[in-house]
Amino acid sequence: MAAEIIVNMTKSFPGRLVLEARFGLSIDPPAILILFGPSGSGKTTILRCLAGLERPERGLIRFGAETWFDGQLGIHATPQVRRLGCMFQDYALFPTETVAGNVAYGLAGLPPNEREARVEEALTLLQLQGVEAMKPAQLSGGQQQRVALARAIARRPQLLLLDEPLSALDTPTRARVRGELRHLLKQLAIPSVVVTHDWGEALALGDQMAVIGDGKVLQVGTPQAIFNRPKDADVARIVGIETALEGRVRESVEGLVTVEVAGVTLHALAEDGVGPDVFVCIRAEDVVLAPGSAGTTSARNQLQGRVVDISSMGALVKIGLDCGFPLSAIVTRSAVEDLRLSRDMPVTASMKAGAVHLVPRRDATPSPHDS
Amino acid sequence: MNWIAIGVTFKLAALTAMALVVIGLPIAYWVSFSRWRWKFLIESVVALPLVLPPTVLGFYILVAIGPHSPFGRLYTDIVGHPLPFTFEGLLIASVLYSLPFAVQPFAAAFDQVDHRLIETSWTLGVSRFGTFFRLILPMSVAGVVTGFVLSFAHTLGEFGVVLMVGGNIEGVTRTVSIDIYDEVQALNYAGAAKTALFLLALSYLILLAVYAMNRKVWAVWPQK
Repeated sequence: MAAEIIVNMTKSFPGRLVLEARFGLSIDPPAILILFGPSGSGKTTILRCLAGLERPERGLIRFGAETWFDGQLGIHATPQVRRLGCMFQDYALFPTETVAGNVAYGLAGLPPNEREARVEEALTLLQLQGVEAMKPAQLSGGQQQRVALARAIARRPQLLLLDEPLSALDTPTRARVRGELRHLLKQLAIPSVVVTHDWGEALALGDQMAVIGDGKVLQVGTPQAIFNRPKDADVARIVGIETALEGRVRESVEGLVTVEVAGVTLHALAEDGVGPDVFVCIRAEDVVLAPGSAGTTSARNQLQGRVVDISSMGALVKIGLDCGFPLSAIVTRSAVEDLRLSRDMPVTASMKAGAVHLVPRRDATPSPHDS
Repeated sequence: MNWIAIGVTFKLAALTAMALVVIGLPIAYWVSFSRWRWKFLIESVVALPLVLPPTVLGFYILVAIGPHSPFGRLYTDIVGHPLPFTFEGLLIASVLYSLPFAVQPFAAAFDQVDHRLIETSWTLGVSRFGTFFRLILPMSVAGVVTGFVLSFAHTLGEFGVVLMVGGNIEGVTRTVSIDIYDEVQALNYAGAAKTALFLLALSYLILLAVYAMNRKVWAVWPQK
């Protein structure tokens, strides 16, 4: 049996929600699991239970051969013995310690020369040379994030737990750091659980993804599969993006990128840290439909296709299209009636370049930018 | 000025403050971090000396350490003389009397430490004990110093408890405040005034140091 993490637990918060989490994750080969869900859905609590900071009421948490929690036997391993690397949302850097002090904090058990070597190694890996002697308050947000990550990996944890690792960064920094983090996680080869509500992070970092809503694990699969084929309306609402396709960047001119998807050319706005291999993500709400072939509009992308599926989602209707690749659009019920949309009808789907989002693809070779 | 009384007072205040760091830190840790439902019962007991008349406190301590109590008998058996009207007895009384002046600033400082930092320390494999000494205590230096200085200053000026438990033995238990009282009783106002002014100036300087240290801008390290 391959080594894996098994989580099957229940924890209730009286008057709020009952958390029921059931999932597995491969340790060998190490995989990265995304816990994806809106705030308040319970994803951070699942992470805290994995860390041993919260105690579930019932169930089982196993890490390979180690039992971390067993409700029946009353086993609850402390955070100290789980050999974790944790990084919380606001980094929780120790204000009284320097950067080097923070990174060395968890290494007190090692002989001094080995401790120094580990600190040096972690600082080098995260490009923090030169700021060792500074206090956290003197660093930029991106540097603080790297210090927190360096501290988490310095003790060579058997499991990395990252809670919204990029959420405290401003948007331009986030896109760049996302690429760095993806590269680093791949290089470290430590099984990781990453909490996020950002689909870009989920696609860029995750091997597996569990969608969490109201304390329940609603769907588990690869991020791409979930984004393209949400199991039901709840998952679709949570993930919010209905098309994620593998594409390849052809050229990039003055901030405008031309990307090819299944033989079709799309235009998108350039994003930092994106290599040649990308996921092309389009939110169904951003797709505008017109009957037949539309005239010229300001939208850069106009695709000829035909309707393959019409499914009702309450006041809205989800239209499945075939444009050479599958594409979803969400329109109102009255729009369906006005356009007289029906199966096999030829339509033009258009979206602005800004509505076509590019996310770096994990299995791609790293671009010169993030190596 | 009665330098002998001043010497006794300083020795008592310094030892009391040091004992309170040792005793007060674990109590404050418990007060700050315990999630026990009935915690307020203990918190109230710790705060009692703030409101209790010193004579009441002194009376109970006198009875508790006296030769008729189990503790008093045990002490007499081991040391050979009873505790009341000795410097050691006075020290025990002072520690109890100044307990809230140490525990409350300590606990307030511990409360200020972000719990996420403490949890992060645990996830880095550092025990609760280690986390206290490596994270919580360094982040609470200002509060610990405040508690030390306040209990020192409070002991300097105590009167009722000293009189009840220590008596008035020159060079052993006669403290500055009792000396002032004696001078006034003897109508030696000039002597009392000198000692009183000395105590006033000293107390003011100590409080000045405490307030200056607790000013955010002068904190020992930059805070966010």
